[in-house]
Amino acid sequence: MDPAPAPAPAASRPGGGLAAPRAARGTRSRPPLGLIAAACLVAAASLVPLGFVVAMTVATGWETAFALILRPRTGELLGNTLALMALTVPLCVLLGVGGAWLVERTALRGHRLWAVVLAAPLAIPAFVNSYAWVSAVPSLEGVLSGTLIATLSYYPLVYIPAAATLARLDPAIEQSGASLGLGPWAVFLRVVLPQLRIAISGGALLVALHLLAEYGAFAMIRFDTFTTAIMEQYRSTFNGAAANMLASVLVAACLALLLVEARVRGSARYARLGSGAQAVPTRLALGTWQAPAQAALGVVAALAVGVPLGIVGRWAAAGGPGVWQTAELGRALGSSLGLGLLGALAATAVAFPIAFLAVRYAGRLSHGLELANYVTSALPGIVVALALVTVSLRSVPGAYQTTGLLVAAYVLLFLPRALVNLRAGLSQAPKELEEAAQALGTPPLLAFTRVTLRLSAPAAAGGAALVFLAVVNELTATLLLSPIGTKTLATEFWSLSSEIDYRGAAPYAILMIALSAPMTYLLFQQSKKAAGQ
Amino acid sequence: MTFRPRALASIALAAAAALGLAACGASPGSQQQPTEDPNALTVYNAQHESLTKEWIEGFTAETGIKVNYRQGSDTEMSNQIIQEGADSPADVFLTENSPAMTQVENAGLFADVAADTAAQVPAEYRPSTNKWTGIAARSTVFVYDKTKLTEDKLPKSLLDLANPEWKGRWAASPSGADFQAIVSALLELKGEAATEAWLTAMKENSKAYKGNSTAMKAVNAGEVEGAVIYHYYYYGDQAKTGENSTNVGTHYFKNQDPGAFVSVSGGGVLKSSKKQEQAQALLKFITGKKGQEVLQKGTSFEYAIASGVPANEKLVPLAELKAPVVDPAKLNSAKVTELMTKAGLL
Repeated sequence: MDPAPAPAPAASRPGGGLAAPRAARGTRSRPPLGLIAAACLVAAASLVPLGFVVAMTVATGWETAFALILRPRTGELLGNTLALMALTVPLCVLLGVGGAWLVERTALRGHRLWAVVLAAPLAIPAFVNSYAWVSAVPSLEGVLSGTLIATLSYYPLVYIPAAATLARLDPAIEQSGASLGLGPWAVFLRVVLPQLRIAISGGALLVALHLLAEYGAFAMIRFDTFTTAIMEQYRSTFNGAAANMLASVLVAACLALLLVEARVRGSARYARLGSGAQAVPTRLALGTWQAPAQAALGVVAALAVGVPLGIVGRWAAAGGPGVWQTAELGRALGSSLGLGLLGALAATAVAFPIAFLAVRYAGRLSHGLELANYVTSALPGIVVALALVTVSLRSVPGAYQTTGLLVAAYVLLFLPRALVNLRAGLSQAPKELEEAAQALGTPPLLAFTRVTLRLSAPAAAGGAALVFLAVVNELTATLLLSPIGTKTLATEFWSLSSEIDYRGAAPYAILMIALSAPMTYLLFQQSKKAAGQ
Repeated sequence: MTFRPRALASIALAAAAALGLAACGASPGSQQQPTEDPNALTVYNAQHESLTKEWIEGFTAETGIKVNYRQGSDTEMSNQIIQEGADSPADVFLTENSPAMTQVENAGLFADVAADTAAQVPAEYRPSTNKWTGIAARSTVFVYDKTKLTEDKLPKSLLDLANPEWKGRWAASPSGADFQAIVSALLELKGEAATEAWLTAMKENSKAYKGNSTAMKAVNAGEVEGAVIYHYYYYGDQAKTGENSTNVGTHYFKNQDPGAFVSVSGGGVLKSSKKQEQAQALLKFITGKKGQEVLQKGTSFEYAIASGVPANEKLVPLAELKAPVVDPAKLNSAKVTELMTKAGLL
């Protein structure tokens, strides 16, 4: 669907590192009530989709619910989804870790360039990738095609954290292993790979969640998953019982994934403690393997970046200048940018109380609040959208079909992107600085604004940029929730490519890629710094 | 974690440039302020967007009344309107097929169609209740790969496609309102048991595509031998480049077969609309001479049915299609979705 900040689950995991030393130091005081109230409100709102799924299952009645859940179609969808995951996740790990190892730990020629090229597929939304492939090879369909497209779109979700971690590994541990008699392979398998555990399990979780949530890419190649089936039910019945029951199965699958990942990642820590600086990791000479390595990376880049860009370019060229000169294109671009900005601002604002609590007043409450948002953002866009449609229709008619509701969906889906960054930024603005400013006579509110807000602003901007990127490439929730007359680049692209107007769709694809490219580069840069946390 | 000011600046620059582009791209007056004009109508449109856009442009040019629309599919929007009830923002509902209209009618949400509009539409294209009116029509067709099938090998009836010899050889778009309307005709003509059996066989025999144009494209590319779709996808593609229908032939079942079903697209005014007069005017325009000429001369290739406007001359005339007689008011979309869900097609 869209690139997610790879380190997000690692860093946003409750109990994960950042704030712990502060709490231990005993500077804790009681957080302001307003802050707690705001954070709790956000957490409560973020539980709406989960509550919706539970309430709908109950309201449908057990008998109907069972009949709808335990029908052969569910089994078919489950089989498809599991097969897709079983194939795609290992392939993504293989490509991601292999690519990261070549780029970071071998004397690969041009490794700086390759490092960026391997992350580049993130700038191409999966449904655009699928459109490119299916328009070039119309016979693509089914699970193998799904695996091909999903792997090419999502392997960077493993590659980026893996590369970031590899670049920071302490070579001393590997050297110890070698000096104790391990060969290069054994060092990789027994020393390096275990240290990549967090990066791999986190990346694999993101890939799996994307596979569950993706709609456009699979609909285009006639591969049925829960999300595509829910969409079809929605198009036939609006928010009927069958759609809601499929959604509850999908939610159960997402929660199961979160639990599996928590198990796999374990509680071990892989950080260098103690004094001294760590050496720069060594690079393995490739020798005769240089050419095969270059060729392998070349193939990956050609398939994941070359094919989609080439085909989108070809359709745009075939369409001529005419396809660019439509009022729709400008309007869709305006809507996408507007919604992207609104989403980014709203998510940052909403993330603030939670991040502030987590950094300044870490404790069970702040962990619980973070967990609520984390779970919701793991839910597919279709579930969040279905929930908001139904809840707003029944309880908040004023919000129904408004931009506000759509932005709320974006906030629920993408909050952790803002949260992780904001948290990191706030932890770099220690309370002591603010107190020093107050001691020097600055009023508390002004001290807060001048010191804390200003110091955390760059990180907040980074998080906001990532939310912006996600919103611009969001399709599923936008299709369901957009207000009357609002069309984004993603939805216009979708309606044109569904009518197999490949030429007309090309400019929308190009604009989405162009908007995503700088954000992807930023994400890539950030990951290098985030890996140590 | 720090943030590079330079990176931030370049992003800000890119965003600013993009915003500028957006401002240039949008023509003046097209800025979206959907609710500003108190006179503006809101249409829930399940018809093809390009067709409705042509109608709206003609209507606005003639009356000065602005029209905003929400795009969706037939039964998605009928169910939406029913859930919204009296609070629905919709003034007018336009569909591709009748079942969704019947659903809204049965919920008691339509106002009567104005007499001057009804007078423009022949009785066979209107429900006797006068709660909505036909605005266009489309015929079921079996498109086939001319390089693989000759006329003697074509199915004689839609029901033949349930036979084992058709396993894996035909396609449809079961999630689409079009195909669901064909099933609703089958249900009305042959009853529930026969329809259920046919759908179960269909799940075995057919390949599901998303959208009729995609299904036809698959026939053209030799992925599947035939597909049950509506006629205008073929003519529309032929009128453009023909690239998705070069190898495609059309086969009308005729003989009052369920597969010869002609589906009536509907239009109706919501009772809850506070702009009854303007909404009725839009229906009158669409069924009037100018609205129907959009069908006759435009690129939609749907059949014109009202105000004496003949169909596009490239089409097989409606009279020759020997469609079964089906009362549009009896088409049951909820039952169809239920049966298709049961058969595992949805």
